[in-house]
Amino acid sequence: MSLDRLRLGAQVAAVGVVAALLALLVWKVAKGTDNDVTGSLAQGGTPTAPAFSLERLDRGGELELESLRGKAVVLNFWASWCGPCREETPLLEEGWKRWQRKGVVFVGVNVKDFRGDARSFMRRFGVSYPNVYDGKGSTVGRYGVTGYPETYFVDARGRVVYRIAGEVLEADDLDEGVERALGPA
Amino acid sequence: MRRLLAVCLLMLAWAAPATASEEQPTPAELESELICPVCETTLDTSSAPIALRMKARIRELIAAGSTKSEIKAEFVEDFGTGILAVPPKEGLGLLAWLLPLAGLAVAAVAIAGLSWRWSRGGAAEAGPPLDPELERRLDAELARFE
Repeated sequence: MSLDRLRLGAQVAAVGVVAALLALLVWKVAKGTDNDVTGSLAQGGTPTAPAFSLERLDRGGELELESLRGKAVVLNFWASWCGPCREETPLLEEGWKRWQRKGVVFVGVNVKDFRGDARSFMRRFGVSYPNVYDGKGSTVGRYGVTGYPETYFVDARGRVVYRIAGEVLEADDLDEGVERALGPA
Repeated sequence: MRRLLAVCLLMLAWAAPATASEEQPTPAELESELICPVCETTLDTSSAPIALRMKARIRELIAAGSTKSEIKAEFVEDFGTGILAVPPKEGLGLLAWLLPLAGLAVAAVAIAGLSWRWSRGGAAEAGPPLDPELERRLDAELARFE
């Protein structure tokens, strides 16, 4: 009697574990990348830019994304070992110099890189816009970064309105993203 | 006494390479103990740009006389503990070591308990005695094969 109950209990537990794993799989497949910024943008949404507070590379202290609320922000994910990042950096620097007068903030997010290499890169290319360090890549999953470089445009309300996957090739591409982040004039 | 001496010598023989590895690590051993943060494989199996840069950094640090622990510490400082192929035996990393052992212990206890119950249950659940008529027929049938 007790053996039967034990067997039944073990079977119920096994079925329960299998059902839970299946449910987890279905949930993960159904959710997919919807809950990251890239997935949400692909479905026509304007998701809130995931908050972060990261160490600054251009000077001491940290930079909180929240502190930039009220301004259009260009978030550029890059790494010193990434070839296309080298190609687009002069264009971003030039864009920063043009747009900062209109209150737009450019922020570089250096990911999966050595701090020293990131600083050397910034000196070499004369990067003057703020840059933060995310060696562990803690922001990568939340934004849904698919490769490097990748650029997100955030409006004054903190919503991501546009994204450029890969290198920014033309100033016009950059300007389109910034104008969307600034919203209707 | 001789046995004790032999054990001590064996332990010294085992410890010597470990100390040498700590003091003078080779690139190959570090490349098998660190992970490429982009491709999520150990450095020795990756040729991604960041993996190549990390391999070069390992050689620079070895040439500068850094120990294995110091080199790993520098990588952890920049990339976090996820860069280590084997999780550290502290903090959350300790769970990766303890959970499989705990799972094995629970499974062993469960198997032992079930075996004990089944062996007891088997004896207790011997069927009811055979009907005398059936038993006689069974004996007669079996006798035909003798």
